[in-house]
Amino acid sequence: MEKVYTNLTTGGPISVYVEDGKITRIRPLQVPEEDYPKAWTVTDKNGKTYSPPKAMRVAQNILAERNRLYSEDRIMYPMKRVDWDPNGERNPQNRGKSGYERISWDEAATILANEIKRVAPMDENGKIDGHAITAITGSHHNWGIVGYKMAPFGRFFGMLNYTPILDNPDSWEGWMWGAPHMWGFYWRLGQPEQFDLLQDALANTDMIVFWSNDPDSTHGIYSGQESNIWRVWMKEMGMKCVFIDPFYNYTNAVMDGTWFAPRPGTDTALAAAIAYTWFEDDTYDHDFVENKTIGIDEFKAYIMGEEDGVPKTCEWAAEKTGIPARRIRALAKEWASKRVALAGGVRGGEGSACRTAYGTEEARMLIALCAMQGFGKPGVSIWGTTMGAPADYTWFPGYAEPESQMGKSSVAQHKLALNVTNKQRLYRLTYPEDIMNGQGSFISDGFCGQSIEQQFNTHEYPIEGKVKMLWRYGGSFMGTMTETNRYVQLYQHAGENALDCVVNQDCWFSGETKYADIILPACTNLERNDLGEWSVGGGYTTHAHIGNNWRVIVREQKCVEPVGESKSDYEIFTLVAEKLGLGELYTEGKTEDDWAEAYWNLSELKNQCSWEEFNKKGYFIVPVPEDYEPHPAFRWYYEGRACDTEDYLNPKRGTDKAHELGTLSGKIEFASESLKKYTPDDEERPPVPHYIPSWEGHETTEVYEKYPLQIISPHPRFSFHTHYDKHASWLDEIPVHRVVKDGYAWWPARINPVDAEARGIKNGDLIELYNDRGSVVCIADVTYRVPVGVMHSYGCSAKYDPVVPEPGATDRGGCVNILTNKRFLSKNAPGMAPNSCLIECRKWGNN
Amino acid sequence: MARYGFVMDVERCNGCFACFLACKDEHTGNDHGIYAKATREGENLMKVNEIEYGSGSKVKVDYVPVMCQHCEEPECMRRYPDQVYKRPDGIVLIDQEKAKGNRDLMAACPYGAISWNEANDVPQKCTMCAHMLDAGEKVTRCSECCPNQALIFGDMDDPNSEISQFIREHEGELETYQPQFGTKPGMTYMRLPKPFICGEVVGPDGECVKGAKVTLTCKECGDVKVAETDFLGDFEFRFLPSNKPFAVKVEAAGCKVKELECRTRASVNLGEICLEQA
Repeated sequence: MEKVYTNLTTGGPISVYVEDGKITRIRPLQVPEEDYPKAWTVTDKNGKTYSPPKAMRVAQNILAERNRLYSEDRIMYPMKRVDWDPNGERNPQNRGKSGYERISWDEAATILANEIKRVAPMDENGKIDGHAITAITGSHHNWGIVGYKMAPFGRFFGMLNYTPILDNPDSWEGWMWGAPHMWGFYWRLGQPEQFDLLQDALANTDMIVFWSNDPDSTHGIYSGQESNIWRVWMKEMGMKCVFIDPFYNYTNAVMDGTWFAPRPGTDTALAAAIAYTWFEDDTYDHDFVENKTIGIDEFKAYIMGEEDGVPKTCEWAAEKTGIPARRIRALAKEWASKRVALAGGVRGGEGSACRTAYGTEEARMLIALCAMQGFGKPGVSIWGTTMGAPADYTWFPGYAEPESQMGKSSVAQHKLALNVTNKQRLYRLTYPEDIMNGQGSFISDGFCGQSIEQQFNTHEYPIEGKVKMLWRYGGSFMGTMTETNRYVQLYQHAGENALDCVVNQDCWFSGETKYADIILPACTNLERNDLGEWSVGGGYTTHAHIGNNWRVIVREQKCVEPVGESKSDYEIFTLVAEKLGLGELYTEGKTEDDWAEAYWNLSELKNQCSWEEFNKKGYFIVPVPEDYEPHPAFRWYYEGRACDTEDYLNPKRGTDKAHELGTLSGKIEFASESLKKYTPDDEERPPVPHYIPSWEGHETTEVYEKYPLQIISPHPRFSFHTHYDKHASWLDEIPVHRVVKDGYAWWPARINPVDAEARGIKNGDLIELYNDRGSVVCIADVTYRVPVGVMHSYGCSAKYDPVVPEPGATDRGGCVNILTNKRFLSKNAPGMAPNSCLIECRKWGNN
Repeated sequence: MARYGFVMDVERCNGCFACFLACKDEHTGNDHGIYAKATREGENLMKVNEIEYGSGSKVKVDYVPVMCQHCEEPECMRRYPDQVYKRPDGIVLIDQEKAKGNRDLMAACPYGAISWNEANDVPQKCTMCAHMLDAGEKVTRCSECCPNQALIFGDMDDPNSEISQFIREHEGELETYQPQFGTKPGMTYMRLPKPFICGEVVGPDGECVKGAKVTLTCKECGDVKVAETDFLGDFEFRFLPSNKPFAVKVEAAGCKVKELECRTRASVNLGEICLEQA
């Protein structure tokens, strides 16, 4: 007998069909036509109206969810590394080499509780000092407020008072570390608000410049393919589209846009030349610049060459970027004569160009261009084309809201006992060497969403003491961070600072799993109960549901029993907490369903749909209010009014400074007041945005002569971070994702026909990409979609498969991040820059 | 009685492969009886061809999903009338019992749309999700997942269906994939990839020439097309016939007329066309 359940994923809501306890099919959430509320309508400049289809457009990888759930990569039972003895020899040097033996959940929980007790003493008040325990997650092996990492993971390690490893903003580095110094929005981690910009663009925009942005691949992050149809509308109404990207990306292909391919790392030079043209032609918005910005004279002095003797002409930029000067000039002139939306990344500000050396300058220079054209006026905006649909704004907790974090929510008790009071922090980009060296430091607080000043905080390690235990949870950093052999080295480090105990908790075997001492099988969110809103993480990315055509809250129903002996994260942490004698403190006696119901009842949506009704039906589609009025992003600022958008984290909203931005001056700062105040002498992130030649690029002559190919590794198209790749083998049959050759699914790397021929490489050859940091085997895709001198291969391979289990060995899995430089954007901007990377490549093996 | 069909607008497709994955999800490990036996990994009832064309900085990438075309005169049915049948609603089906063991059926389809189901020893192909339609559904798995509304499925006899409306709006633009096979496919396409000719016009001052008049003449049939350069001096003529000789004439105010010739063996990127002062 077939039964249909509802659930929610990183790429959208689904209906799960189950027969005899097995999932048979997974479809986009099936909603009967009569259950859809009235659709919103938007109108283009010709008066044509558009409404969204009555369908849920999930990300394509979600259609392989069944394949992933029943993957051969599922971890079926708890395991212990055979030569790791918690009471004897621990053999850290053998991590990644030795095998595993099956153990029971009881044994696993007992071992872990003993390890925790050994390194984390409890004082007479019951407060634990867990500084020797550190833990870090990847993003999203599960969706849902109850099950996502902030909840069971956050509550458990908060209880242990552990050493957190702070995340770097890996998708929008340049915007995090640059943009707040120019336009505030630190509460959105540097990214702009996007409210109601769909209607604005359709009615008022003449041209869209997609700058390092491929929304058809990156999906508004969690919005699946909901916004695709908006771009189809724009294409068919004749919107002119320009794409600036070293890769002829998929959105470029479907929009049939005009392609500009700057050398990686030279986007800032291109933008500077556009500004130069506008100054020279006097085609910028003087009124806006005079009243809404500060520092234009200093900016102009740099651009025109008064500061450094180098005018940033189109000819100057042509030499840097490889784009003919006439085309840069023509673009600048067209831009000034039209109403242009700058799509500077998938949510307005992201993109691979901001993950290059000095990516802060790229982000700020793009904002400078928008400011020169007076953004906020109709049709002129910074808009990623993935957000800004009309929507209801009743608050509902996203997983990142304090109110929905199990350790902090008002529905939780025992909150004090769950606070981390230890001061010690590590950082995701530096923890391998900091732990191995037994010391380190970093600047910033990772995600700096509380203030601009947070970016200048510093952290020393150790404070309370060294870390001895690492608990990894989901994902695989070999595929996502930089110079990633470091993460392998840490596991196998056998010196004084060796890790005593490494845990890996995951649903699947990923690249990193085989380096753990204890492996714990987690279940997916299709195997447990939860709830969540489509797209909405909340917190710093609040209101992400405006990237969807329909606002959907989903009751995530347990569709099948957990595979093998896997358990929900909440159950796993409960087991260990019980062994520690902390079971009651951890659970408060609540089941996962108790938490789910409590979260639902926190929101006023309960007045529109009761818990019982929601629970039974499995979803609630929140209607757009009848009297909906658009309040486009930035319009209030352009018109000098108080902020009237729904950007409720804006701290000036509702105050007498509500018409200001979040910078120190309250205006857009061409010359940054916060940088002048805190780091006035920083030449790598000066107060005025500068083009600074990359620390690894075509101007680093010595390295460039040895490694003449620049490789970019943007976020992937058919997988999500390291999820779905490797575990959903159906994806291997999509030749854009992986290519099967001789029975092995290889990761593609794209190379221009000229570069390929010079190296004797043909389409479909196995090739070795290498530099001094490592070597990775990929399969060649010989294509004009990358210019001469540039290669493209997506980041985020989940498969780390070294030919021998030693750090530095050639990887066959496609983790191109092994090759990337660990250096930060700049000395005070602690972001990663994987797209500033020089390599060489050659044919591999005998193919 | 419904008459089912697909229309595929290639220009709208972004190559996300959602259709391909949905089809896999529907068939992998799922037995749909007489219509389709359960498939295993690596066995697909549809494919999506990625087609990259053009050169230098002027490239295009299109995707052409190819599955059973549900022909009016199916070659597979002509050759194996006892194993293949066409329903009154237009769906062509391989009887999974009667066709068992017949590997030769695969070669009968000029589109290569029939594949082999190893475990069940039977040829198989797209069924237009007949088992779902029989159960009262209105969609196929592939079309329901298409985010760009490029792959449209529906009842062509219902004047209010999405597919009927689309066909009305685009009358004259619809085409058959590989018409030379002569099987009268029931699936129609729009804007299938064809050669294009493009170039960028540079003025005597070395700048981009906006608004130049570019005239393309087919030297074989005399057909003439006219385009204007955009702000970058770029022009292009799309959807041209293959392997034809063309003359390209570029005219801009104050400049000498420039004439070039080319042949559409593949797409042609004429590169920079530098005009001289008149």
